[in-house]
Amino acid sequence: MVNGLSESPIVQGLIEAVELIITLDPQVVEITIRSLYISLAATFFAALIALPIGALIYFYEFRGKHAVVSTLQTLYALPTVIVGLLIFLLLSNIGPFGPLRLLYTPGGMIVAQTVLIIPLLMGLTVAALSGIDRDKRYTITALGASRLQTVMTIIAEARFAVMAGVLLGFGRAIAEVGTVMIVGGNIRGATRVLTTAIALNTSMANYSLSIALGIILLGVALGVNIALSLVQRR
Amino acid sequence: MAIIEAHDIRKSYGSLEVLHNVDLSVGEGEILALIGPSGSGKSTLLRLLDLIEPANGGELSVFGIDTIADRGSWLDLRRRMGMLFQRPIVFNSSVYDNVAMGLRYRHASGDDIDRKVKEALEAVGLSRYIKSRALDLSGGEQQRVALSRVLVTDPEILFLDEPTANLDPTSTATIEAIVTRLNREASMTVLISTHDLLQGQRLAHRVAVMIDGTIAQTGPSREIFYEPKSQRIARFVGATNIIPGRVVSRSGEFTVVEARGKQLLSLTPPPAEEVEMIIRGEDISLHRREPGHEEAENRFPATVTGIEPTAPFVNVTVHCGCDLAALVTARRAETLGLHEGMEVWVSLQAKAVHLIPRREH
Repeated sequence: MVNGLSESPIVQGLIEAVELIITLDPQVVEITIRSLYISLAATFFAALIALPIGALIYFYEFRGKHAVVSTLQTLYALPTVIVGLLIFLLLSNIGPFGPLRLLYTPGGMIVAQTVLIIPLLMGLTVAALSGIDRDKRYTITALGASRLQTVMTIIAEARFAVMAGVLLGFGRAIAEVGTVMIVGGNIRGATRVLTTAIALNTSMANYSLSIALGIILLGVALGVNIALSLVQRR
Repeated sequence: MAIIEAHDIRKSYGSLEVLHNVDLSVGEGEILALIGPSGSGKSTLLRLLDLIEPANGGELSVFGIDTIADRGSWLDLRRRMGMLFQRPIVFNSSVYDNVAMGLRYRHASGDDIDRKVKEALEAVGLSRYIKSRALDLSGGEQQRVALSRVLVTDPEILFLDEPTANLDPTSTATIEAIVTRLNREASMTVLISTHDLLQGQRLAHRVAVMIDGTIAQTGPSREIFYEPKSQRIARFVGATNIIPGRVVSRSGEFTVVEARGKQLLSLTPPPAEEVEMIIRGEDISLHRREPGHEEAENRFPATVTGIEPTAPFVNVTVHCGCDLAALVTARRAETLGLHEGMEVWVSLQAKAVHLIPRREH
């Protein structure tokens, strides 16, 4: 029984996976670093675009504001393969951005993930600012804040909720397969990331590498969650 | 001189009318208590007066400046006033930074901020929490932080919106003491809304009663308690007996009112033929034997029909043609040996019977 268990490919894979991680296998390290780099960059650019626009949506009253917020919320669950397809078409030779030659490069993958999480970050920014209740806004006004001072105080007060939104965006980016597979093409040594590597190696019965990368991906997700709970406790 | 002058103020949120026909004048250095049931529009009125939001109609001048004509002056005017809200509101930063907010909005110098914040926290007894996160403090402490945050800006008018509604007695006493002192020493004008009649009476020079979105009566608290202008006000200020009657004659300085065959004397000149007698429960005395005429103008026998203890008092219902609710101390009830069905004598001074015209509802 004990013998049978240790010969199981799953147990074997698990043992080898731990070895790959502990010995810092070059392939594992390279894929992990690329994954983190692409998703962090995408989160950064998405935040750069989504946070100011989210704040504008919150602070300005305009017709159809409600519809905009509802649309953003719907787009939280935007299927990754749809974004992948869209960006693929835009970046391919037949698309308008073909000359940029971003298809099958990390740059293209960053673009795709940025587009993917912008609605999430924008929506969560609006939600974070809306979380500042009426009485707090009255208090800020009553304390003699000008319009600009009011905006700055509300943003400062919502900083942790906004940060939580950014972390959620990063979590969605690093865990998705659809866009990076289609736009990146899963090219070894160039555009292969954690999720696409797991998909490929599993289909090739290369379980130990899949499990090792899976453990790392879980670790990243866990790290994001710990950071999230720390931020939300503030 | 009136520092706030409001005339015919209206405010609606969508189709919900919150305020209508509000007239109010507040003198410089005055403490005015705005009392009224929840939902009567007190908070909304304070926000309009503090220029936090605009009214839908009417005239409002603050510090002698017409705020309707001069919208550009709002920020400057608002910076001369301060408001403390019912719910303790603190921001997610240190106690120091919370208290400094108003001063930073006014671009005060760093030294100035430092000195004033420390002084203010000293005054509310929170110096040791200066570096703590404001959200970690208790509700009462947070409210004291909020009060210092308002006071460091030296407001000329202070609005307090039910500031002690959910606070412990110590925090309430601290806040009341500070408000009274500031009014006396810095002659700060104070508008406080409260549903606590006693607080209104304790602090205010003058009381305004708000009912259903308008100011129903203004005057010294004594007048509001003993001479309410309407049934709603009478109910709100705790008059337990509101008895319909009819004026039958005048006898010297007294008005004779008949209710269910019983005649009562009142010192109020007849306001109409059909009236309502308003009698506070604590003005009705009960006796075992017929009291002498020096006791009160109204004396009559009655039967005890109900006894309801509300320590340290007892609510006694007696029947004498009409039902009267008397409020006697628990000790007095014991001495009288009150029990249901017992025959007692009731005495009631004519000046304790207040008359208002009867309105059919």
